[in-house]
Order: sequence, then structure tokens, then C-alpha cells
Amino acid sequence: MTYAVAFQDLTLGYDRHPAVRQLDGEVADGSLTAVVGPNGAGKSTLLKGMTGALRPLAGRVDFGTCTRNDIAYLPQQSDIDQSFPITVVDLVAVGLWSEIGGFFGLRATLRARVDDAISAVGLTGFESRPVGSLSGGQLQRALFARLLLQDARLVLLDEPFTAIDAKTMIDLLGVVQRWHGEGRTVIAVLHDAETVREYFPETLILARDLVAHGPTAEVLTAANQFRARQMCEACDGPPHDCGRHAS
Amino acid sequence: MWEALVQPFAEFGFMRRALLGCIAISVGATPVGVFLLLRRMSLTGDAMAHAILPGAAVGYLVAGLSLGAMTIGGLLAGIAVALLSGFVTRVTALREDASLAAFYLISLALGVLIVSTRGSNVDLMHVLFGTVLALNNSALILLCSIASFTLFALALLFRPLVLECADPQFLRAVSRLSAVTHFTFLALVVLNLVGGFHALGTLMVVGIMIVPAAAARFWAASIGGLILAAVAIAVAASVCGLLVSYHFGLPSGPAIILAAGLAYGLSLTFGPAGSFAARAYPYRHVEA
Repeated sequence: MTYAVAFQDLTLGYDRHPAVRQLDGEVADGSLTAVVGPNGAGKSTLLKGMTGALRPLAGRVDFGTCTRNDIAYLPQQSDIDQSFPITVVDLVAVGLWSEIGGFFGLRATLRARVDDAISAVGLTGFESRPVGSLSGGQLQRALFARLLLQDARLVLLDEPFTAIDAKTMIDLLGVVQRWHGEGRTVIAVLHDAETVREYFPETLILARDLVAHGPTAEVLTAANQFRARQMCEACDGPPHDCGRHAS
Repeated sequence: MWEALVQPFAEFGFMRRALLGCIAISVGATPVGVFLLLRRMSLTGDAMAHAILPGAAVGYLVAGLSLGAMTIGGLLAGIAVALLSGFVTRVTALREDASLAAFYLISLALGVLIVSTRGSNVDLMHVLFGTVLALNNSALILLCSIASFTLFALALLFRPLVLECADPQFLRAVSRLSAVTHFTFLALVVLNLVGGFHALGTLMVVGIMIVPAAAARFWAASIGGLILAAVAIAVAASVCGLLVSYHFGLPSGPAIILAAGLAYGLSLTFGPAGSFAARAYPYRHVEA
């Protein structure tokens, strides 16, 4: 089995304080994996480490045959300045960055692909709307359209369904399953266990340390979730072994 | 009426030179101001304007009122402060506003010290408030060159700059242009401030960079519209300010910035986008 991404003794953190510790494991090529864990478990940090935005304190992330251009990343919404005056079509079109770069224009064929992506997420008619006028769910649809255009082999999603309505979530889960069907690898940070059980065949449970990783049905158990919570709570106190041996 | 508006420019070469210099500054510095405003860095322009003072002062001490020496000195001091504050922000826990404030205040104190100990009050006034009515050919060529270079650089960096403002994390994920874009933009800020201080002084040049951009926010919603509106307001303020200065014997630099301030007041009161009037009498809702 080939892997899309492998972690080798990976430690990530901020100001020398580790948020993810000594993580080992592989995410299979073409798999659909949910990363779950309590708040502060290091889930977003792990994704930032995979994008290269955060340099490992120790260990490494190995992407096998993937290059930087093969990775698409959807950060949490709060990172986007919605007051900035750009339109939906402009926001979505930069998903073609690997083809147009920073300097080339949008040819008619590329513009058609932008329109297709906007249509695929149900935002037709919103092309000229300023991003600031979109609701949370509409903005998330636009960002998924941008991901569609990135045409990436590895898609990283950081809490993509937070604060959006059920209809939007179902539509966007459809896009995620389409990627999975196309053989792309998708790794998503999620909170809702039911969504994970229903849509994500693989799960990685994190509590700064790896709790469990494998098929969702075997891994996403009440015992593992309880253990993850215990490990995170142990880390919130004074420095010690942070519940590494919690059972 | 016609005489009052045209005769000063038709009759006096220094007025035509002042107008050309102000138009060059408006075309170059104001689009930079629009991006400063959109990046919520309006006060960064002010900080950088103070930061260039010691460089200009050292240039003056070395070569007198030399355009080249003062420009190079100001440019080096401004870029040094921009790079140092950027470096401190990236490698320590200090945020950019705090590190920039520390460096520009040190730089300003150094500049005032140099001018005070080695120069005269007249020199200090020249650096702080400029001499827009005494622009020579070299100064005009410098201002027009800076405006041309700025527009070229902004056109080249437009997409990365927009992304750096709106979604910097995405830019960092898809490209290595983030740091290049950030520092090139800061270099453009410094370049325009250094060019502009010959005409309007280190303090007033920030006014022509930021005030028209702030006023334009009430007239346009797109980036292109904001830039066009800001440049138009800056040029109109330059013409009005120079005329008021001529007819009433007032200093030109402050008159130009006050004219831009008047445009800002009118814009925030009557502009169609987000002004007092627009909020009091909103348009009917438009469906997508």
C-alpha cells in the first residue's frame, strides 16, 4: 500500500511548546481520513505542519511522490479577511494558481473552469458578489470551489463544516466524496463523531500524542474518545508526562 | 473665476512644477495608500515617514540640500527600519505594530538629534514640511520616475498583493511569493515617502498617501475603483490646495492635505458606500 503522507517521529509546536508529539504513522494514498480529538489536541497544528506553514520541532513529514503543488489546504474561516473588497469569482479563481501563477491572466477556458467550480458548489449567480456579503455557509462553498480548481492529490480541510447549516454541510460532503471517488487523499479535522462515522472510512484520533489510527468503525470508540479527553486534560495542568500513560 | 483657477498655473512656472510634482505623488503614492488602508496598516505609513528622517538628515549633513544624498539616505533608513521590524516580528513574539513603533521612534529621535545638533531650524522645516513650490527638474524627474516604477511594481505584484491582504495563509500555501510581496510592498511605501518628502515633507506626504485612500472607501467597492477614486481625489486636492495656497498666501503642503481632508469629510458624509448618508438612507435590498 502506498502512502500519501507519512509522519516520522513528528513533533510540532509553537515557541518550543509541543502541540503534537512524536507522531508516527501513514495516511494511505486515496484514503478519506478524519482527524478528531478534543480542543487543544493539536489537530489544526498537524494540518499546518503538513502544509509546511509550521516547521517541525523534531521528526518529519514525508509526502512520498507529492509535491507542494499537489497539496490543497482549507484553513479555518477566521484566517480570511472578509472585509477585503474582492468578489467571489476572484477568490475562487486563485485556485488556478499553479496554472496562472501570480502574473498571468484568466483565459476563456480557465474562466469556464472557474464558472464550473462555482456551479458545482451551488453558488451560480454569486460570481460578482463581494466576499464580505456572503454568509458563513456561502463563503465555505466558495472556498470549496477554490479547492476544486486546485485539483490537488492531497486535500487538507481544517474544520470545514463548523458554523454552517445542514444543507450546506451535506452539499460539501458530496464534494468531499467526489474527491474520494476520484482517488484523491482527503484529510479533514472534524468534531462531529456522527459525521465521521457516516462519511469517513479512516480516523486518526489525536490528543497531542497519537491515540489511535485506523478504520473508523474500529478506532472511533467511546473508550478511545474518553482516553483522548483524559490525555488532553492531563496536558492542561502543570508540566509532567501529560497523561501519556492514561488508560 | 477662470482666471482664479487657471491663471496661477498659466502664468507661473513654479506653480506648474508644483502641480506636476503633486500629480506624480498622487499617481504613485495614493495606490500604495489604498493597499495600506486595506491591509489595516494606515498608521504604518506615518511610522515609516518618521523612520526616514535620520537618513535624510545624514544625507543633508554629508552633501547639503542634495536631492540624491537625501533620497538615498531616507531610502536606506526606511528600508532598514522596515527590514528590522519585519525580522523581529518573524523571529520573536513581538507583533509587527509594536516592533515597527519601537524602531521608528528610535529612528525619529536619531533624526531630530542629528538635525538639531548639526543643522538649523530652517533645515528641519524643509525636511518636515517640504518645498513643493521650489521643485527643480531633478526633483520632478525623481517624482515621475518613482510614480512610474510604483505603478509597474503594483501591476506586477497585484494578484499576490491582493492575496497577501485577503488570505495570506492561502498565498503562503500555494507560493513562495508571500515574503517577497510583503517586503516589496514596504519598499514601495518607503520609496514613495522618500520621493514625496521633497515636495510635501516627511509629515505631510503621509497625508496624500492615506487621506484620499480613506475618502475613496466611501465611493468605490472594488480595488480598481478604490485606486481610481483615491487618485482622482488626490489630484483634485492637489489642484485645490495649490490654488488656495496661491490666493491666500498659505503654506502649500498643509493646504493640499487640508483639501484632501475636506474631500474626506464630504465623502464620509455623502459618499454612496458606508457613509453617514448611505447608512441613514440605505438602498433597497438587491437580490443575488
